[in-house]
Amino acid sequence: MEVQAKLRILADAAKYDASCASSGSKRERPAGGVGNTTGIGICHSYTPDGRCVSLLKLLLTNYCIYDCTYCVNRISSDTPRARFTPQEVVSLTIEFYKRNYIEGLFLSSGIIQNVDYTMEQLIEVARTLREEHGFGGYIHLKVAPGASEELIAEAGKWADRLSANIELPQQADLDKLAPAKTHAEIEDTMTDIRTGILTAKDKTTRAGRRPQFAPAGQSTQMIVGATEAPDAAILTKASTLYKGYQLRRVYYSAFSPIPHADPRLPLQSAPLVRENRLYQADWLLRFYGFQVQELTTPESPNLPLDKDPKLAWALRHRAFFPVDVNQASQAALLRVPGLGVRNVQRILRIRRYHTLRLEDLRRLKVPVERAKFFVITADHHPAGLEWESRKVEKKVKPASEQLLLFDAAQSATNGEL
Amino acid sequence: MRVVRVEGFEDWRREARALLAAEVRPEQVSFQPSEASQDSLFEEDGPSAAMGETQTARITVPRGFLDLAETVALHREERRWDLLYRVLWRVNHSERHLLAVDVDEDVRELLLMEKAVRRDIHKMHAFVRFRKVADEEGERYVAWHRPDHRIVFAVGPWFARRFGAMRWSILTPDGSVHWDTRELTHGPPVTQSEAPQGDDMEELWRSYYASIFNPARVKVKAMKAEMPVRHWATLPEADIIPQLLQQASQREVQMRETQKTSAAPFVPGDHRLEVLAPAVQRCQGCELYQFATQAVFGEGARQALVMFVGEQPGDVEDVKGRPFVGPAGKVLDEALAEAGIDRREVYVTNAVKHFKFEERGKRRIHKTPRGVEVAACKPWLEAEMDAVQPKLIVALGATAAVSLMGRDFRITRDRGVFFPHPRAEALLATVHPSYLLRLPDPQQKAEEYVKFVEDLRLVAERVRELGVAR
Ligand code: SF4
Ligand code: SF4
Repeated sequence: MEVQAKLRILADAAKYDASCASSGSKRERPAGGVGNTTGIGICHSYTPDGRCVSLLKLLLTNYCIYDCTYCVNRISSDTPRARFTPQEVVSLTIEFYKRNYIEGLFLSSGIIQNVDYTMEQLIEVARTLREEHGFGGYIHLKVAPGASEELIAEAGKWADRLSANIELPQQADLDKLAPAKTHAEIEDTMTDIRTGILTAKDKTTRAGRRPQFAPAGQSTQMIVGATEAPDAAILTKASTLYKGYQLRRVYYSAFSPIPHADPRLPLQSAPLVRENRLYQADWLLRFYGFQVQELTTPESPNLPLDKDPKLAWALRHRAFFPVDVNQASQAALLRVPGLGVRNVQRILRIRRYHTLRLEDLRRLKVPVERAKFFVITADHHPAGLEWESRKVEKKVKPASEQLLLFDAAQSATNGEL
Repeated sequence: MRVVRVEGFEDWRREARALLAAEVRPEQVSFQPSEASQDSLFEEDGPSAAMGETQTARITVPRGFLDLAETVALHREERRWDLLYRVLWRVNHSERHLLAVDVDEDVRELLLMEKAVRRDIHKMHAFVRFRKVADEEGERYVAWHRPDHRIVFAVGPWFARRFGAMRWSILTPDGSVHWDTRELTHGPPVTQSEAPQGDDMEELWRSYYASIFNPARVKVKAMKAEMPVRHWATLPEADIIPQLLQQASQREVQMRETQKTSAAPFVPGDHRLEVLAPAVQRCQGCELYQFATQAVFGEGARQALVMFVGEQPGDVEDVKGRPFVGPAGKVLDEALAEAGIDRREVYVTNAVKHFKFEERGKRRIHKTPRGVEVAACKPWLEAEMDAVQPKLIVALGATAAVSLMGRDFRITRDRGVFFPHPRAEALLATVHPSYLLRLPDPQQKAEEYVKFVEDLRLVAERVRELGVAR
């Protein structure tokens, strides 16, 4: 098969993976080679679906011996198959990189023969890029759960980021849809990756020179909406993973029905806005000091779709407000709907020299129409805004459905909410 | 008003220092570009001679200001110099912390300019596209790019760090940078038409770009916000965007049409009855699901010899969720018993799984399903026939008969006769029991009932033959 035909199949098969980040790694260009990473990811292009193209995202092959129900590549699916040789992936990566199309490579694979054999193939690509081509660009390798410790150690040597997918939020979900996989095994693999990262850091302090091991850390991905698991379960799992394995990112991927799907799967795709709400909640957990239990309630274990989780929290905790932007602590400011992390930092800096008014917030591009119900400024107190009335809820929400979706998508990617 | 000519950041810095030392107020000075450098950053003769150096006074330059100023200096707008000087002046005249106050008009403007330049630099890192060409010394990678601001020389080192082992050139309308694997050099502006065209890899790159696009989620606005159209001319992948969008909209129309008019996307691949029955509840194959209480799937013996296919569930069936449990069901039960067919040995279902009705006051009046609805629902019937594998199929009424035998079938003409059918050994059609219920004349009703039972007797006979054969 022609490389171009393989590229079509194996890029198409990889597009369901949500992780595209190429940030968080610093790597000097090897002498005589090409490529470096600067810590900031770059989107070299955007596709008409609005998504960033940063890495050459490929599967080495979409043949797979497993039968995970939610996956197009499962053995029982009749999708067209292809397999790259490691060398083909290497030269595509190098040639694309040299023309400045990409930041690097994201490589995953269906399982062929067995887990370790598959892992060896992926490592071969990364090793060849680094050793034979002096490639200093970004490499993200997917780790097949259950790969041997030695292979994970080897993968970490060449890759910037490693990730093992947790797939579904609860073991019961896996039992139903991917009986060959267990959380225990996946998390063992995450432990191995974390150990590699920590060991590499330890060595730095003693020997002075750092043997690199996945400097951009590890991430994972969870499919949302393929089973009944509510957002509370998804976020609880995410937060355990963040803490337990020091993940950099958890990616959420809204389930979308695949051709010739298995009858155990839902027939409707999970709403995209749910995916966005989860990303928003994820930011709140990581950067806004929220706890999982604060984001959903036992009565409604799913995040509301019609408003962002921060606003929903605020409406449930009206007594917490209003917050005085000229006085309040950072933690309190971070709870105000419409004040993102960046603006909170700016407010803290500015207010040392200047007393903030509503107009100033407007200049900081704070969505004042929403925030004004929750803040006090030098010239404004929300008492006069019939705070108690039910209209508040209506007024603080974006006017149209479309705007709502747009807002959700925006802050899901930039983390300002 | 004093006019000061400046070329670049170093000029401005020197001049500003002197002006500040001389206590020249911002309103009294205007910075302007030196005549020669209006359109090119590139100076064959080196920078123009500077004005005389003044002795240095005590000047406060807050942390971060120089970086900010150096970046803003790359902005294309001329008033940046005046603005920078005004801010520097204010910082030195009792507003020491001015730079911390982002909401101040001047500071805000500076920050906006800085942001614009940084974004432009970032976009240049992203959107430069090299093309491989051969020259006397071997391979060279050449790109043409049109930055918004005067950043071409500022980005050179970044590309040198990244593409160290390659020989490359980046050409822009402001000037060009070249790298020979050891040293960066600057050159004159180049127009796009002078830049190399095409590269073999671009075809593969476009294939990749097309393959990762998800046509189910078109967000052109988001794409354009991040990848402004003015850069498209130098992005090889942008050539195929119109084509991708066209395919996506065709695909959407197609999806919508097939979805509207067919149950097919909702029918599981696994045709076991226990899989099909729950799945039908999620069917949105046509619009009928919106109004009915629930879908009514077939039921009966798993491997029934005979499958009876009616039209659609009625009012009672719709509420109970089971087929043939209303008045028409009763007539069928009686007739079956009379003909000697055991109801427990047959499978009963309908051509359309959702109740179609018209509301009249509080009553829901049966409405005959349209051809599109019958056709939309056919995949369920197909799946059921596949699951049950009946030997005989009995179509009750015109709707079922048309669904199973096609448009030309006429009950009045063709009833009571066995026809070959691809899904069974034979198919027989007769009237629907509800037809009997609707007849007003008791005499006629009785006659028709007898005919109905006669048809069923034919079926019973055939069943006995088949039963023996089995
Ligand atoms: S192992 Fe991976 S590629 Fe294979 S079926 Fe499961 S999810 Fe798909
Ligand atoms: S009538 Fe048939 S095709 Fe239409 S929604 Fe109901 S089950 Fe689906």
